[in-house]
Formats: sequence, structure tokens, C-alpha cells
Amino acid sequence: MNENKKIESRKSNSLIYDVLIEKFFLIVGLSSLFVLFTILVFLIKEGIPLFKEVGISDFIFGKEWYPTSDNQRFGIFPLILSSLYITLIASLIAIPLSLSVAIYISELAGSTVKEIVKPLIEIIASIPSVIIGFFGMVVVAPFLIKYFDVDTGLNLFNAALMLSFMVIPTIASISEDAISSVPMSLKEASYALGANRWETIIHIVIPASLSGIYTAIILGISRIIGETMVVLMVAGGATIIPTSIFDPVRPLTSNIAAEMAEAAVGGLHYRALFAIGIILFIMTFIFNLIADYLSNKYKFKMN
Amino acid sequence: MKTKSDLIQMTGFFLIRTGTLIVIAFLFLMLGYIFTKGISAISWEFLTEMPKDEMTKGGILPAITGTFYLMVGSSLISIPIGIITAIYLTEYAKNPRIVKIIRLGINNLAGVPSVVFGLFGLSLFVIFLGFGTSILAGSLTLGLLNLPVIIRSTEESLHVVPGTYREASLSLGATKWQTIYKIIIPNALPGIMTGIMLSLGRAAGETAPIMFTAAAFYTPDLPVSVFNEVMALPYHIYVMATAGTHIQATRHLQYGTAIVLISLVLTLNMTGLILRYRFRKNLK
Repeated sequence: MNENKKIESRKSNSLIYDVLIEKFFLIVGLSSLFVLFTILVFLIKEGIPLFKEVGISDFIFGKEWYPTSDNQRFGIFPLILSSLYITLIASLIAIPLSLSVAIYISELAGSTVKEIVKPLIEIIASIPSVIIGFFGMVVVAPFLIKYFDVDTGLNLFNAALMLSFMVIPTIASISEDAISSVPMSLKEASYALGANRWETIIHIVIPASLSGIYTAIILGISRIIGETMVVLMVAGGATIIPTSIFDPVRPLTSNIAAEMAEAAVGGLHYRALFAIGIILFIMTFIFNLIADYLSNKYKFKMN
Repeated sequence: MKTKSDLIQMTGFFLIRTGTLIVIAFLFLMLGYIFTKGISAISWEFLTEMPKDEMTKGGILPAITGTFYLMVGSSLISIPIGIITAIYLTEYAKNPRIVKIIRLGINNLAGVPSVVFGLFGLSLFVIFLGFGTSILAGSLTLGLLNLPVIIRSTEESLHVVPGTYREASLSLGATKWQTIYKIIIPNALPGIMTGIMLSLGRAAGETAPIMFTAAAFYTPDLPVSVFNEVMALPYHIYVMATAGTHIQATRHLQYGTAIVLISLVLTLNMTGLILRYRFRKNLK
């Protein structure tokens, strides 16, 4: 009897223990949300006071960024345009190359080649962005000056090129997951109707994995917009509205990185850099929500 | 006989292969170029001595140790919180709504630009909490940045542990926690290690988050407390390549530092990838 009671009490003890652990894990599990929320709170706390002095539309559409002159100007329109142009060109380079890699790995490569190519792509993903920026400075910039006859090798095109290389693993690996999960039966049906492999890829496999590919592209674009070191080192840094792809430019991210050290804590310049941070946060947040929505849709479709 | 659709297929496959080849060739070009240019800078002295003569000579020891401290410091934050979050999501959470919201938070946290993490670390840790530009502030920033990396890979490895293991353990009278602690975690450990390796590699390579929170252009001594600012490998490459009066004269040191950083990050990542590969093979 006594023995039984002991076992009972030990059992209930470990059950109480179990419930406590579950509660503790829930609290820790919520920490990512808490961190995300805290980031937003601190960006707002430091950035929003800017708008007491500078109007929101003057900030976003203002064409002059003179943060340190006597007559301070905080217009980030040239920075926004630089970010958008770089993102556009980098995507135009990265998307076809990434899709080639994804299709190659999932549809063309034999299993041995696949075992080699896949890790190589993951290695690209692991290269620190400062290294990619460094390569852009010391190799690509002189190359552009020599062969394209441009004034400076540190420019919009160079930055877009290096960013596209950086983002290829992101777009390629997510697309490859989507393409590989297209059921064999769909492909077999296409072959049975007399389509060859290429026709099957273009007309069956790609359309079936399209929402996964869109997710990949959107996450890739979000990464390009948010990347800092590559553009800081390679884009040239001029706060002008670009008129050519070989103009030196300064996107949003590199502007924060380049100027934060010289901005006095609590000053208008400091607040303006945090306000740029808010804009970046909102942009990438929206892109991630879209990606999340698309990938849920895609899961549903596959089931 | 070749038909038109055969020709189109040949062209299509050719383009796909060429695209893939370009990407891989660019990787080898980049790594090959940096290694051939920088290998002459690598020596025992380069790795173990302090910089000399305004960093135009001598070694990069303080940048190596600084990066090491930031790696260790950030993993003290990201590993426990990340693993516990992943366990909660895969083993405990029953309410699909909560899971969805937490997952949305993780995905968005992973998407926050690294320079925005830097701003956040500056305002919260450096200024608001008064840690100053320090190992502590930088580690906290990098640790939070790395949370999604650990959570995702841990979750993935927990999912791979077969459900029958859980059932067998529970049917023997083990509680849920005992099952997790004694059965699931040990079986998922190699997969969890993969995530840890990847996150260490990321902590070593990130520059923007530590620029305003931890990194120093130059420190005459090695750090003695968590409140010291530190030199770090990626930041060292950045400042040597872009600032100062000796940019051209120190090129070989920049290449050398780049080799050290690449080797460190690639070693960590490849260890992670090999662990994952073997882990998947074993459970199959």
C-alpha cells in the first residue's frame, strides 16, 4: 500500500513538473514575437520624433539629403530610388540564374552531380557579405573601369551584380524545394501525352510549383533590399538620383551604416537614420507577409 | 531525326546548364582569387600577433579573439532560446493559432535586415541599457539575429525523429518531458548541432549588426571584460578596405584577413552540412 502511494506521489510530482515545463517553454517560445515587437518599439521610439521637425512626405519624397549642413535636409527619395533600382537590376540577374540552378538540380542533374552542386550552392549562401563586397571592390570595380569605360567602378551595376550572386542560393534552394515536390504522376502524365522533358518542365513542372517560386523570389528581393555591407562597399555612396546604371548610388541600408557613427545620439540626424530603419522594417515585413501567405497557399495546393 | 521540339529542348537544357555553370564558376573565381592573392600574408605571426604601425604590419590576433568572443557570447543567447522554442513548437504546442503566430514571428524576425538589428542593438543594449559599445551588446544583438537559424534547424531535426520513438517511450510510462529529454533530444542532436554550426558561422561573418554595438577600428589590447569593445574579422576587412590612408598598402593584409574569415565560416558550415547529411542518412 505504502509503496503504491509513493509511486503515485512520484508520478503526480513529475506530472506537475511536466505542466510547469510546458508553461516555461511556451513563454520562451513567444520570445521571437517579443523580440520582433521590441525591435519595432525601439525603432519607433528613436525614429518617430523626427516627424515633429520634418514632415513625412518631405522625408520620403524630399530630393535632398544634407544631414550635417547648417540648413539640414532629410529627404530620402534618392536613397529609396537607389534601393529600388539596385533591387530591380539584381533581381533581373539573379532570378534567371537561380531558376537555372533550381531546375538543373531538381530535373537535369544525376544523383552524383546533385550531391556536389547542392553543397556548392549552400557554400555561396554561407559566404559573409563583407567578403562579397570586398571582391566587388578589388576585382569587379577595376574590371568595369577597364572594359566598360566608366568613371567609377563602384556603382549601381556593380552592387546589383554582387547582390544577385549573394541572393542566388536563397531563391534557388526554395525554388528547388518547390520544383522537387511536384508529384511524379503529373510528369508521367505529360510524358504519356508525348511531351518531351523540356516541354514537361515548362508546361507542367514550373506552373505547378509557381507559388513556391514566387515565395522564393519575394524572399530573395526582401534580402536584397535589406543587405547592407555589399552596397556599403560597392555602390559608390553618392546621394543622387541615378540616371545611369553606372552611377554611384547610396541605398537606404548603406546610408544608415555609413552615417550612424557620426550622428549624435538623440539628434535629428540620428532620428532620421532610425526613421529609415522603420521604412526598411516595414518594407521587409510586408515582403515576408506576402511570402508567408504564398507558401501557405502552396502547401495547401500540394496536399 | 531531330524535330523542332528536340532542338528547343537542347537549347533549353544548354541554357540551364550554362546558368548553373556561371554561378559555380563565379564562386570558384571569388574564392580562388582571394586565396591566391592572400595566401602569402598568412603566417603564424599574422594569426598570433597584435597589429603594428597603424595596422599596416603585424597580425590580426585581436580581430580573431574578438570574433571568437562574439561567437561564444551570441550562442549563449541563441542556442537555449532557439532550442526551447523549437521543442515547444514541435512537441508541446497544440493550439494551431499560437503555432501560426509564433511561426510568423520567426519568419519575420529572419527577414529583418541586419542593419536594422544593428539599430535595435544600438538603441536598446548600447544606449538604453547602458552596456556601451561592447562584447555584451554585440553578442546580444547577434544572438537575437541568430534565433531563427537555430529554431528552424532544430525544428527540422525534431520532426525527423520517428513518431514511434515517442510512442514507445510514453507507453513505458515516461512523462512527456522525460521522453523529450531522454529520447527525442539525443536522437535529434546531430541535426541540432548543424543549426549551431550554421549560426556560429553567421555570427562570425555578420558585420552590420556589430558596427554600432561592438566593433572597434583598433584596440591596443585584447579585451578583458564583456564591457570592452572589440575588433572583429569582418569589420576589420571593411575598415581596412574602405577607411584610412593605407588602403592600397595593406591590400595583402586585407586578403589575408579575408582568407581567415572565409576559412572559419566555411569550416563551420561544412561541418554543419556533413553532420546534417549523415544524420538524415542514419534515420533513413
